[in-house]
Amino acid sequence: MSLLSVRDLSVKFAMRDNTVTALNQISFDLAKGERLGIVGESGAGKSITGFALMNLLSRPGFVDSGKILFQGDDIAQMSDAQMRRIRGNQMAMIFQDPMVTLNPVLTIGQQMVETLMAHRKLSKSEAEQIAIVKLREVYIPSPAERLNQYPHELSGGMRQRIIIAIALLLDPQLIIADEPTTALDVTIQADIMELLLELCETNKVGLILITHDLGVVSQMTERTLVMYAGRIIEAGRTREIINDPQHPYTQGLINALPQQTAPGQRLKQIPGNMPSLTAIPNGCPFSPRCEYVQDHCRTEAPKTVQYTHVEVACHEVHRLHSDKAEEMNR
Amino acid sequence: MTAPQPLLDIRNLEKRFELDRGFLETLKLRGGKLVQEKREVHAVNDISLQVAPGEALCVVGESGCGKSTVARLIAGLLTPSSGEIHYGGERIDNRSRRAMMPLRKKMQMIFQNPYASLNPRMTIQQALEEPVRYHNPNLSQGEIRDKVADVMRAVGVDPSWGGRYPHEFSGGQRQRIAIARALTVDPEFIIADEPISALDVSIQAQVLNLMLEAKEERGLTYLFITHDLSVVQHFGTKVAVLYLGSVCELSDTATLFENPKHPYTRALLSAVPQLKDDHPNHIRLRGEIPTPINLPPGCPFESRCAHANSRCQSEQPRPQLQPDGALVACHAVEEGRLDG
Ligand SMILES: Nc1ncnc2c1ncn2[C@@H]1O[C@H](COP(=O)(O)OP(=O)(O)OP(=O)(O)O)[C@@H](O)[C@H]1O
Ligand SMILES: Nc1ncnc2c1ncn2[C@@H]1O[C@H](COP(=O)(O)OP(=O)(O)O)[C@@H](O)[C@H]1O
Ligand code: SF4
Ligand code: SF4
Ligand SMILES: [Mg+2]
Ligand SMILES: [Mg+2]
Repeated sequence: MSLLSVRDLSVKFAMRDNTVTALNQISFDLAKGERLGIVGESGAGKSITGFALMNLLSRPGFVDSGKILFQGDDIAQMSDAQMRRIRGNQMAMIFQDPMVTLNPVLTIGQQMVETLMAHRKLSKSEAEQIAIVKLREVYIPSPAERLNQYPHELSGGMRQRIIIAIALLLDPQLIIADEPTTALDVTIQADIMELLLELCETNKVGLILITHDLGVVSQMTERTLVMYAGRIIEAGRTREIINDPQHPYTQGLINALPQQTAPGQRLKQIPGNMPSLTAIPNGCPFSPRCEYVQDHCRTEAPKTVQYTHVEVACHEVHRLHSDKAEEMNR
Repeated sequence: MTAPQPLLDIRNLEKRFELDRGFLETLKLRGGKLVQEKREVHAVNDISLQVAPGEALCVVGESGCGKSTVARLIAGLLTPSSGEIHYGGERIDNRSRRAMMPLRKKMQMIFQNPYASLNPRMTIQQALEEPVRYHNPNLSQGEIRDKVADVMRAVGVDPSWGGRYPHEFSGGQRQRIAIARALTVDPEFIIADEPISALDVSIQAQVLNLMLEAKEERGLTYLFITHDLSVVQHFGTKVAVLYLGSVCELSDTATLFENPKHPYTRALLSAVPQLKDDHPNHIRLRGEIPTPINLPPGCPFESRCAHANSRCQSEQPRPQLQPDGALVACHAVEEGRLDG
């Protein structure tokens, strides 16, 4: 059984006079200990996906339909009390800004001990011992002293490591990390990614890594979802997606990177912008920006079809595959 | 052949910011005695560099290493604590605001947040016309409008959108408009501080292409600040690597990426997540970045360097010219103990 199984999940926002669709029937699975990347440009729906999985959507957002099965139970149907037991305990989330999680007026120790004692029957000193062990795991120097420090006394990189230590406190099965290193310098980003990878591998923790950085996804994950305008437009093994992208948007994202063009030459840009939720085009949402667009792309949404290595939602990809299949039959 | 005269020549530039402003803040208890003590941030320390006409110098380094401060010093938005800045052969760091005016036109600045360079209460047409009118008082209204329309088309913004306000555009469009605004006065030198860092990949490509075009077609010279090394490799002709306010390596872009020498440059290059390589050879740095308030007496990188020795603790390394033209400030490189 999958650790996590998302089926036809749709999330909407109730606006003043209508509702808009932020996630449109997305489906994916995550096996125990698997690392999955979610990529796409800003506004694609990556963070909304993370919030929905944690049952943290706040109004006006709501799950309109679909299932989020975590170890077989539907998160979307859970009461707040049930969800609180799972959140932190079995699923934990790491945000781009560590101060979303850290309370500025409590010491690191107070926050860690509080979290532990809320979920486990422990004495204060037992909880402190566990906190020190977790801080050591994320390579925080002199962990015992750090317990008495306040968040503002620590550097950004150190704060993000403490967030990881807090996420690991209750030995979760799944960590959802939303742009965890985007605000950090490259050298510190590399340290934190290496740490996260090591911890997930040794403890068999599942990871959903949300990022717009294809390099990070390539180094960290086994499988990748590419999102556009609230849909998964391509999904599969990370290697395949990076080396042989099928969907025109995925190709565009990779080709636009400076390292794909000789120094000084014009970069291959994708024209236009990600649509806003109130103006998602009919048919294929990428059609106004796509160089392969055909008439039916503008009226008919492409289905998601599973091929050997990846699943893709694009008419042109489907046509190429059926042409190939026909040729084989001849 | 002699090297062309640099357009920009920075000599021993220093900038210190006072941390404690009021008299009471400067009083400190030391060994039971009350003493007056001023703390300073050493943001820029003894930086020297040149930019030749047509060159694109990229400045890289960690957050807080002094990149923006260098940019603001050159643009005349800050006054150096010491050192000199020469532009087109003339010293500019000691000029009054008035005397800087003719230079304002030649030298334009673009910021990470395009809101910083666009007034939210002005339409795009007004924002673009203003600098043209200011710097060309003799142009007629029709000539001004033509010039603005030309520039808008050149950056891929429809001139019929002129009546809209900045918030009605996307981030990438706003940044293109900010660049358009800088280009309307035909500058020769552009200082860009993280101009594409806040943008998505596909939009980054649009903006970077625009800057490349301006470089080729107008022969523009750039000082380009970024933390994205793939952008440096693509856009820069030269790179300055900054650490804690000092230049640790200054070299041609190709040379720097092929043969990085300074231990910090090597760590930085190794930390970039690669698209196609599964097993990065990431050099893990130990220790924390020191604050620029209490600068170490020796090499600024000493606390995190795997090659540091006692000389590094006490003596500051000076930039030394390498056989391939790179300038590197590192004792280990000078002593040849890094590698063969
Ligand atoms: N007005 C100021 N007063 C005091 N300190 C300042 C001031 N401006 C900058 N500094 C300090 O000077 C140092 C260099 O700052 P600077 O803004 O140049 O960094 P940067 O390299 O541009 O960093 P980033 O990548 O985060 O933009 C930092 O330690 C900063 O805190
Ligand atoms: N509270 C909200 N009300 C309406 N729309 C929202 C709200 N929060 C997010 N959105 C929209 O949902 C879409 C997806 O957002 P998000 O998941 O944050 O994107 P990203 O992929 O950048 O993380 C965007 O178009 C965003 O503007
Ligand atoms: S469905 Fe059509 S418009 Fe959409 S990505 Fe495929 S070819 Fe392009
Ligand atoms: S001077 Fe010493 S401490 Fe500094 S980079 Fe070189 S070897 Fe490292
Ligand atoms: Mg997001
Ligand atoms: Mg800056």
